[in-house]
Amino acid sequence: MNENPADLAPELCVLIAAVLGLVNGLFLPRTQQWRVAVICAAGLVAGLAAAGVAATRADLMAFDAFMIDPITHVTRIAVLGSTLLAVVLAARPVHGHPRESEHYVLILLSALGTIALGATSDLLVLVAAYLLASIPAYALAGFGKDAPGTEAALKYYLMGALLGVLMLGGVTLLFGVGRGTGYPVLRAGFADAPSAAVAVGVVALLAGLLFKAGAVPGHFWVPDVTQGAPPAIAAYVTTVPKIGAFAALYRFGAETLPDGWPVVVAVVAAATMTLGNLAAFGQDNVRRLLAYSTVSQAGYLLVPVAMAGRTDLAEPAVLYYVAAYAVTNLGAFAVVLATGRDDLAGYTGLLRGSPLVGLSLVVCLLGFIGTPPTAVFVGKVLMFGAALDGDYAWLAVVAAVNTVASVFYYLRWIVPLFGRQPSCDTIHPSRSAAAVAVAAAVVSVALGIGSGIALAAS
Amino acid sequence: MLTLVIFLPLAAALVLPGVPRRAVPWTWTGVSATELALVVAMWAVHGTGGGTSFETDVRWIPSVRAGYHVGVDGLSLPLLAMTAVLFTSCAVYSLRQTRRVRAYAMLFLFLETVCVGLFAALDLLLFFVFFDLSIVGMYFVILLWGHENRARSALMFFLYTFLGSLVLLLGFIGLYLGADPHTFDMTELTRTPPFAGSSGLAGLTLLAVGIGLGIKTPVVPFHTWLPPAHTDAPAAGSAILAGVMLKMGTYGLVRIAMPMLPDAWRRYALVMLVVGLVSVLYGAFVALAQDNVKRLVAYTSVNHMGYIVLALGAAGVPGGDADAQRLAVTGAVTQMVSHGLVTGALFLLCGVLHDRAASYDIGRFGGIARPAPVYAGLVAVAAFASLGLPGLSGFIAEFQILAGTIGSGTTATAVTGALAVTGILVTAALFLRLLHKVVLGPPGELTSRVTDVRRPELAALVPLLVLSLLIGVVPRVLLDTIEPLSAMVIALVGR
Repeated sequence: MNENPADLAPELCVLIAAVLGLVNGLFLPRTQQWRVAVICAAGLVAGLAAAGVAATRADLMAFDAFMIDPITHVTRIAVLGSTLLAVVLAARPVHGHPRESEHYVLILLSALGTIALGATSDLLVLVAAYLLASIPAYALAGFGKDAPGTEAALKYYLMGALLGVLMLGGVTLLFGVGRGTGYPVLRAGFADAPSAAVAVGVVALLAGLLFKAGAVPGHFWVPDVTQGAPPAIAAYVTTVPKIGAFAALYRFGAETLPDGWPVVVAVVAAATMTLGNLAAFGQDNVRRLLAYSTVSQAGYLLVPVAMAGRTDLAEPAVLYYVAAYAVTNLGAFAVVLATGRDDLAGYTGLLRGSPLVGLSLVVCLLGFIGTPPTAVFVGKVLMFGAALDGDYAWLAVVAAVNTVASVFYYLRWIVPLFGRQPSCDTIHPSRSAAAVAVAAAVVSVALGIGSGIALAAS
Repeated sequence: MLTLVIFLPLAAALVLPGVPRRAVPWTWTGVSATELALVVAMWAVHGTGGGTSFETDVRWIPSVRAGYHVGVDGLSLPLLAMTAVLFTSCAVYSLRQTRRVRAYAMLFLFLETVCVGLFAALDLLLFFVFFDLSIVGMYFVILLWGHENRARSALMFFLYTFLGSLVLLLGFIGLYLGADPHTFDMTELTRTPPFAGSSGLAGLTLLAVGIGLGIKTPVVPFHTWLPPAHTDAPAAGSAILAGVMLKMGTYGLVRIAMPMLPDAWRRYALVMLVVGLVSVLYGAFVALAQDNVKRLVAYTSVNHMGYIVLALGAAGVPGGDADAQRLAVTGAVTQMVSHGLVTGALFLLCGVLHDRAASYDIGRFGGIARPAPVYAGLVAVAAFASLGLPGLSGFIAEFQILAGTIGSGTTATAVTGALAVTGILVTAALFLRLLHKVVLGPPGELTSRVTDVRRPELAALVPLLVLSLLIGVVPRVLLDTIEPLSAMVIALVGR
């Protein structure tokens, strides 16, 4: 058994940064707490470097519970990179807050749980990672201590607790019928287990993971948290936990279920994208619009998850799409933070007021639609390919129709940007958020054009 | 070289923000003219032989075997030249543009890169990238510089054609999965057609590709996005949309659907014949009933594109005479070029009318020949070119299409071809009616506002009509370039 801690270097970097941040936060005066942000960012950068180095090595299993393979590499890099951007986004709004250092530490701990969620191949570690990823996020959702934030945190917590308990029940059942918790053991154990019991266990397990992924039926928290929580946190919880959730979903489907789970996940995927899109139509609040857009994107992401084990395209599809989604989503939220406006009308004429921020938003929103050459386009091509290759042509058609429908509400946001009324002349975009937005848009296009390199590396 | 040709306009668009405002229109015109010169040079180097010139193949996404693969041949060169001519004309026409000139020029240069790239692409994914970007670019042209109902028309255009592009993408992925080994490369897919032995899947893929390209072409019943988009687009936007972007659909049929799915194409050739015929007749009759001059021209586009689909269908009918089928394909490609030039000119002429009188209503004009004789002359030439008068490009194209279709010798082609001839009759009637009402006749309420064409407008319009005349009188250069290609297409479809 391999028990070399160096194999978990990226996770350890994050953990050490979180602990150092917490300890330092105890002693630093309130005006100096920004140093914690620097420590946390340094930890994330170190983790990214370690993950980059690890990605060049051969696959291996650490501690009998952590698979270090392409799924883990992509999860690590996407989570650490997105968290770094989220920390940058959070730095300005939370500056001088009495609990500034705790804010960063909670983000890091949640990110750590997310990586573990995507990397683990053991059900018990999966549960632990779920809790580590969720509980700091509940606290973060209510960080503003205002009425919408409290409501968001409560809703988030209740949903998470309920579906988490269901998931725990599922894990217990699967442990019982599969005679183990490691995925290789389960795969062997499921072969002669009663299929009804396995099905019930899998569905219960899905409940928890779909909650993290923000997919139907665990999506109810998404709009409220996105609207009620501080914007930087909204950006974080709609981006980072999903990365781990989809990695975990894909890994479970590909590694434990001999026949895959196409039907149930395909139906969930179709429901998620349709519901997310329909609900996004009427939104006038951009954060709510983005929330429902993330729900529909989760639906597209579930398509390759459903095709796990049925086609070679499923793995690159889910990994590429999730990374592309993370960049695009952070870019869109960064624009919301930069302008500080929540209403669609507030974006009229943004392209004149601050062309770079406006252009970044256009790139990100067109990216969500899947316009080439952005990163999501490549993800969508792989996703459609996976669905067709897995003989789920109807799912590809549903995804295509939903993509067309989604154009409508993304355009509702794009059109006012070109408007003439300079209602944006009062907006002075915050520097750091604008920089994040531009960076995300650039990365999104670069990932699309350079997709060959990125795919070859993973 | 070809890569330079593709990305030169985009590079120019990116440096345009640094150009002083007054120099923007001239920079735009200069870049477009350079582009035209480069395309003509490429054509001169390629000559009239078969095969592909200026090929570049760089790996892009190796894991799905998609590459940046571009090249030009007898099919793409005439279309590239037509694209470059039309974009240059639009640049010259827009010299007097005052609203957001810089953004307008940038968007058109971007669109030029997209259109040139599409006609040069030899990889399905690359083709799709340009196909999709053309929709985004044109959406913003309609949205930002259109008239009246522009937001609505632009949205409808985007949604409708985007749906088409996604269906097309599904078809492309079907081709990719059907090939062994999986690839997006057009040359390889053409060499060994996918779906060897599974005709059902090939039929479904052809359905997806056909609908995707059919929406763009557009053929009846997928044409409903076209009239509103044209009516509300600015004149130069309409010219590009009709002149260049509609060709993307028929170009895709010749480049992708026919050589890659030969079995399915032959099996469903009759469907193509009927769809083409319906588009010809429906487009002509609906155009006859229009009172809005721009809608009228838009519907004649449906009619003209119908001939192309008809010819391509005839080329696939099993048992047809190969020589006649070759003639039909040559006619179809000629029609693409001719329609681009003539309809581009017609839309720019509509733009002149709107510029002077802010109306497209046929009933409110009349007797324009008196205040604007040069304009009236240009309208007359363009209308005659469009209705297929001998001596102009439309005749060369439509004659070959109909002769090839009827001459290929099967009952189906003979019947549809003969019925399609009535389309020419209706088109002739509607253009004569237009000339009669607008150009001749008693003066209408808005006639006094119409002044004659200004110099930039003249400089934009005359080359288009002269080229149409040249193709009509000395078509040899064009036909010699196309013929090796059409022989190849017929050979590929006949496999």
